[in-house]
Amino acid sequence: MAEQLYNAIFVGSIYALFAVGFALVFSVLDILNLAHPVVFMLGAFVALFFMSSFGVPAALAAVAAFVLTGVFGIFLDRVAFAPLRRRGAPPLSAMISSLGFAIVVIRLMELRYGPDLTSYPAGSLPQTVLQIGDARLDGLRLLIIGLAIILMAALTYIVRATQLGRDIRALAENPRAARLLGVDVDRAIAATFFISSGLGGVAGALLGFAYNAIYPQMGTPYELKAFTVMVVGGMGSLPGAVLGAYVLGIGEIAALVFLPAEFAELRDALAFGLLFLVLVIRPRGLLGHPTADRA
Amino acid sequence: MLLECDRISKRFGGVHAVAEVDLAIAPGQVFGLIGPNGAGKTTLVNLISGHLRVDSGAIRFAGADVTGLAPHALTTRGIARTFQGVRLFKGLTVLENVLVGRHARMRSDLLRRLWPRGTPDRADRGRAGQLLDRLALGRPDALAGGLAYGDQRRLEIARALASEPRLLILDEPAAGMNPPESARLRELMRALVAEGLTIVLIEHDVRLVMGTCERVAVLNFGRKIAEGTPSEIQASPAVREAYLGSEDAA
Amino acid sequence: MDAIVDFFRVYQTTIGVIGINALLALSVWLTLYAGQLTLGNAAFMAVGAYGSALLGMRVGVPFPVGLALGAALSAVLALPLGFAVFRLRGVYLAIATIGFGEVVRVVLLTLPFTGKALGLNGIPPITELWHIYLSLAIVAYVLWRVQHSTVGRAWAAIREDEIAAASQGIAVRRYKLAAFVAGAALAAWAGGLSAHLNFSIEPGDFGFTRAVQILVFAVVGGTPSVAGPILGATLLTALPEILRPLKEYRDIFAGLILMGVIIYLPRGLVTLAELRKTRRLHEIGAADVA
Repeated sequence: MAEQLYNAIFVGSIYALFAVGFALVFSVLDILNLAHPVVFMLGAFVALFFMSSFGVPAALAAVAAFVLTGVFGIFLDRVAFAPLRRRGAPPLSAMISSLGFAIVVIRLMELRYGPDLTSYPAGSLPQTVLQIGDARLDGLRLLIIGLAIILMAALTYIVRATQLGRDIRALAENPRAARLLGVDVDRAIAATFFISSGLGGVAGALLGFAYNAIYPQMGTPYELKAFTVMVVGGMGSLPGAVLGAYVLGIGEIAALVFLPAEFAELRDALAFGLLFLVLVIRPRGLLGHPTADRA
Repeated sequence: MLLECDRISKRFGGVHAVAEVDLAIAPGQVFGLIGPNGAGKTTLVNLISGHLRVDSGAIRFAGADVTGLAPHALTTRGIARTFQGVRLFKGLTVLENVLVGRHARMRSDLLRRLWPRGTPDRADRGRAGQLLDRLALGRPDALAGGLAYGDQRRLEIARALASEPRLLILDEPAAGMNPPESARLRELMRALVAEGLTIVLIEHDVRLVMGTCERVAVLNFGRKIAEGTPSEIQASPAVREAYLGSEDAA
Repeated sequence: MDAIVDFFRVYQTTIGVIGINALLALSVWLTLYAGQLTLGNAAFMAVGAYGSALLGMRVGVPFPVGLALGAALSAVLALPLGFAVFRLRGVYLAIATIGFGEVVRVVLLTLPFTGKALGLNGIPPITELWHIYLSLAIVAYVLWRVQHSTVGRAWAAIREDEIAAASQGIAVRRYKLAAFVAGAALAAWAGGLSAHLNFSIEPGDFGFTRAVQILVFAVVGGTPSVAGPILGATLLTALPEILRPLKEYRDIFAGLILMGVIIYLPRGLVTLAELRKTRRLHEIGAADVA
């Protein structure tokens, strides 16, 4: 039982790191960044690159993953989203543009690394196991959970207490007013993508460490889950995304434990059934604001 | 009475946007609705046009109870409106906007369209063209979104008239108009009333309201604080007090 | 002459798939035209595919009846779904339909009579090219006429501004539902044709990727007219064949082309023909789809 809970929190933490970046871009720019799974995957591979080519320890490799995918996120915005913003194109165009971008990058990675699983260099990942009461818990996962919490706390601090955070929130609230009030919109958007992609990248690296198996398409399943997380937690709400992520993580593990094996697939249906119910009954989710997007 | 509101109320959270408002609007006049900003005028209009549901009270139109009906049903019965700040179909042409306005009066031409014989909607297009002429809108194939602001306002009125309403609600039609434009608007309203239309005019331009309306009602904080002829309203101390300190003082 | 016959024989399946994709793209176009962004049409396609295949194989229903019943079943499912989500806009609606699509996919994986993960095999390949293209011709004609009727104008008004549309006497919910349900039925019809073109179907054919692909056909082709989705489906389906010489770099070019088109022609390829009007729409910031 304790082990399952532990797993649920671990899974929830990864979902949270992934979803919070996704939700950040949505709240600031009102677009669904369908290339987000790509930065997730890139983080894992960037870490791999540093660890296998330079023998960098995993911790530093994760930092490198954060920084480099963050920068890549800014590049993504410049190429796929900024031209559309200049034309005042609708959010749908941005979604499709990011889709095209994702196709290109994933394919490039497949050409370089092949579509199958790749592992991290032997011995590069910590293997400790903790004994707490009856439960044997994987130390690496504990570390990851801790790291996720630290990162989310850092994000909260940045958003609440810094000028940059205020700029980003102003932009999310009302882009035109923000511009008029002198917010450096380009800088705020770049920062948004850096943070969003950096978090996504580090999530991918951490997940990669935990499962020691990465592949170019690894971000795709998380994309769909991110939708559920965002909707349940409240579209565009960062704390909501975190809450939704843990709800989903716990829900999935619970379904795994309590549902008979033949209905394993229904577990996924549960996630979407939940998403659906929330959208119909309470579209704002758990923590979202009542939105202007409803009739 | 063409339109009657019996003690209608609407709350948002804890705030009464409209509180127990009674209205009785007789046909064949321009009825003014004024009040300071935030008095509840637009909420009241949204209640009458069906975009909001009343929390309590009843609305009757031409004797029939229309409380709770959807906007499109009210338009079919003969209530049309314009919107504060203009809500045109920007991506459609000027003519198409007016044709949409005629939706309630056009017979569904779907089957005739599939096997077209001649132009099925010639009569409607003719009527739309007449409205465009009347409202001095010259280019029927121009995109509505590209029009100058004054033209857009007049287009919205043309669109509203296309449904052949008995009651036309104009929500701040003169905002941003210069004096010659307001004068033309006033002439238009009088002409429409002479043809049998009843108009409810919400306006901040107090001179326009006093110069055009037969009767005026004043709202403040969601309540009707006065109603009467323009001169009665101008003389009312309650009205003066409501406007004191606000930039709309006449 | 021989060369043409050979061309057809080699590419017969592709030509069939183009036609089916055009029908699917039109099904999404229809709902987009009424201002609704749906990613559920792959699921409705699945309903039509499985429905007509099962009815034909297990119950012996004749092909056209099977197709019609599949479409009817889709319509019946689409109605409550449409009701439930009609208040949602833009991205929220898209996500709700994604959720619906995933639920359908998982149900197909679980129900005993659908063959679960292995799908249905041995579906009689009775779809002919003329079935597909006759359907496409009729559907395209009907949609073209509807677009220029009061119904089409009402949809356009709803797309531009629902609140104003309601005040013009348009029963907004009814019209949105009509577009949504019609789109679902059309997608199901295409699904039925597709199932009998391919011998076998499995739930994975009808997931999120498929739904996005259909949407891309419609948006890249262009939303102002019926020709758009047809053009988009044709080009994008044929693209892998056209790019075949690029071998493993095919997808990269496909992705780049997708980005290029959507960035430089946000309203789709057909707007190349009306570039002036498009530019004016940009200038006025006209409301676009979703």
